Amino acid sequence: MAEIRVENLQKSFGSFAAVRGADFTVGNGEFFCLLGPSGCGKTTTLRMIAGLELPTGGRIFLGPEEVTGKRASERDIAFVFQLFALYPHMNVRANIAFPLRCQSVPRAEIRRRVAEAARILRITPILDRPVSGLSGGDRQRVALGRAIVRQPMAFLMDEPLGALDAEFRRLMCGELRALHDRLGATTVYVTHDQLEAMSMGDKIAVMNDGAVEQLGTPREIYDRPASMFVADFIGSPPMNFVEFEAPLRRGDRCVVIDGAEIAVPELRDTASQPECALGVRPEHVRLSDTSPLRGSIYGAEYLGTTQIVTVATGRGFVKARVTSETTVRLGEPVGLAFRPEKLSIFDRRSGRVLRSALHDVLHGGGAHG
Amino acid sequence: MADVRLETVCKSFGKTEAVRELSLEIGDGEFVVLLGPTGAGKTTTLRLVAGLERPDAGRVAIAGRDVTNAPPAMRDVTFVFQQYSLYPHLSVFDNLAFPLRSPVRRSAPAEINRKVREVARLLHIEDKLQNRATQLSGGQMQRVAIGRALIRSPAVYLMDEPLSSLDAKLRGEMRIELQRIQRELGATVLYVTHDQTEAMTLATRIGVMDGGRLVQVGTPREIYESPANVYVATRLGSPGINLVPRATFPTMPAPAAAATVGVRTEHVRIRKAENGRSLGTVSWIEHLGDQDHLHVALGERDFVTLSDADSGLSVGDPVAIEVNRPLFFDAAGRRVAG
Repeated sequence: MAEIRVENLQKSFGSFAAVRGADFTVGNGEFFCLLGPSGCGKTTTLRMIAGLELPTGGRIFLGPEEVTGKRASERDIAFVFQLFALYPHMNVRANIAFPLRCQSVPRAEIRRRVAEAARILRITPILDRPVSGLSGGDRQRVALGRAIVRQPMAFLMDEPLGALDAEFRRLMCGELRALHDRLGATTVYVTHDQLEAMSMGDKIAVMNDGAVEQLGTPREIYDRPASMFVADFIGSPPMNFVEFEAPLRRGDRCVVIDGAEIAVPELRDTASQPECALGVRPEHVRLSDTSPLRGSIYGAEYLGTTQIVTVATGRGFVKARVTSETTVRLGEPVGLAFRPEKLSIFDRRSGRVLRSALHDVLHGGGAHG
Repeated sequence: MADVRLETVCKSFGKTEAVRELSLEIGDGEFVVLLGPTGAGKTTTLRLVAGLERPDAGRVAIAGRDVTNAPPAMRDVTFVFQQYSLYPHLSVFDNLAFPLRSPVRRSAPAEINRKVREVARLLHIEDKLQNRATQLSGGQMQRVAIGRALIRSPAVYLMDEPLSSLDAKLRGEMRIELQRIQRELGATVLYVTHDQTEAMTLATRIGVMDGGRLVQVGTPREIYESPANVYVATRLGSPGINLVPRATFPTMPAPAAAATVGVRTEHVRIRKAENGRSLGTVSWIEHLGDQDHLHVALGERDFVTLSDADSGLSVGDPVAIEVNRPLFFDAAGRRVAG
């Protein structure tokens, strides 16, 4: 197992810059997620770590060794692809054994390692089945088996659960994380699904437009998003933005929106311009009759466990996550109250967050500029 | 718009009974979602309504007219597939306009232009109208495919996992948009998905399918709060319902037939156990941002609860569990009143 370090990594395809200067270190044994929308450069970054693409700039280290210009076959890593490519004419056992047979590993050793991989993945009973009749989940497990069996320095996974249905994805998230905990293997995992990243990652790098927008633990990224992009990409539903104009100064502890005074974490920055946005997560919004910030009920999405109520305000929609027992009527006027200590304030022009008391508790690996 | 009626419809493929004696009525303007895992028979049901499959037995009626043996073109339905199928050589505009230019319902150019722009606005692809279909991202292509269905005003819309190829955020937006569009149009929709969130938020009524059978039909709230059996109970709720043997909670009052207790994650209160009176220990705290999923090891079982991100509990803590509103199931998995 090993650390993976990427320094100022760049990749251009012609005039198109797919990755523009990514910097991060994946700690030994860490589960590291590259998260972002399609086209953000996360898969290209992963492919460069794998050696499937050569960077146009920057360096890659696998453990102490620089591998930037090395072929994929010279890097001791295993790649699990989005679409599990299994050999249809081979059974499960032969598929898993394949990478070892290519490396001319002795037979007894192959048998032992395949059995071990099968046990970890709990697919021992299907080892002698043909892969053609397998369910999506089992196919994915076989694909994982083929990666595990090599006992590589690191695993690289490109949306390995992308083809599975939602419920099964959740189950496999738990499995993958448990598998990671058993193997302790350094893993770089690419996904566009924030829930997968939140659930499994020790660290998440949120990518946007070829660059790492924020790097941190799931909790840091969720609680203290560095930018409106991150705030909007993480969370389901994502963070609400209430736009307002005010000359905010260091030391301010409230903002005034449509005459309603809203308490916020004390600002540590002075805004360079007045166009701002108040960021509030749906679970930190409460429907309150007495609140001066008013709106009307636009829609309600019942989810059983909770419900999401959409409130139309003069400043756009605000979604609140409330208990499913709360009854609301469409069109009904309501007041909105926010949990003050959880609020973020953004500079709407740059999209970056303004430092506030929210960031005082920040510890290592927090928001990167 | 129109109603749809399925009467004891059966369909087998070889030895596989894909749909078994399925009866369902979809009212005019209703949004019915068939929910179930792969292989439950939901897509086959949809294809039977579309006329892409003929039933082995039973009847299909649309707007009161028996269409059991009518070809797809005579049913006035539109079908949105999971995999978008666009004409790659045409622009987005022409792809959207295509159904309006077909010989059977040729529309005036001004009318076509108006409708295409309206649909493009609904789906946020106005700025892509002149692009070729191949220049779009997957999400945009799927929106064009949905747009092509919306542009006509058929009796019934049939949709087979139309959002599954979109990313989570877009899926969330499209859910609300679909809901709004359906209400605005008063459209009758039969929609197939394995995604419970889509089912819960879109449906007027959900039909839960299992092994070719429709096992329960009801509003999202009915299905969530009053599942007919263990299978249905596990289909809805995220995180899923906890199912534990009745003996786990010996002091809980329960009907005699109860073999399994189902506990929704939001109906559990967890606190640190004092003086050894714990039921289990915290095994994993999953930080999902808006809430933590607290996993408690109850013997061999994983018991999941929602907890506030600031609960103060940590892995290894012994905990006591307090349960509200339990659901009871008998040995066969059927619900028994508690």
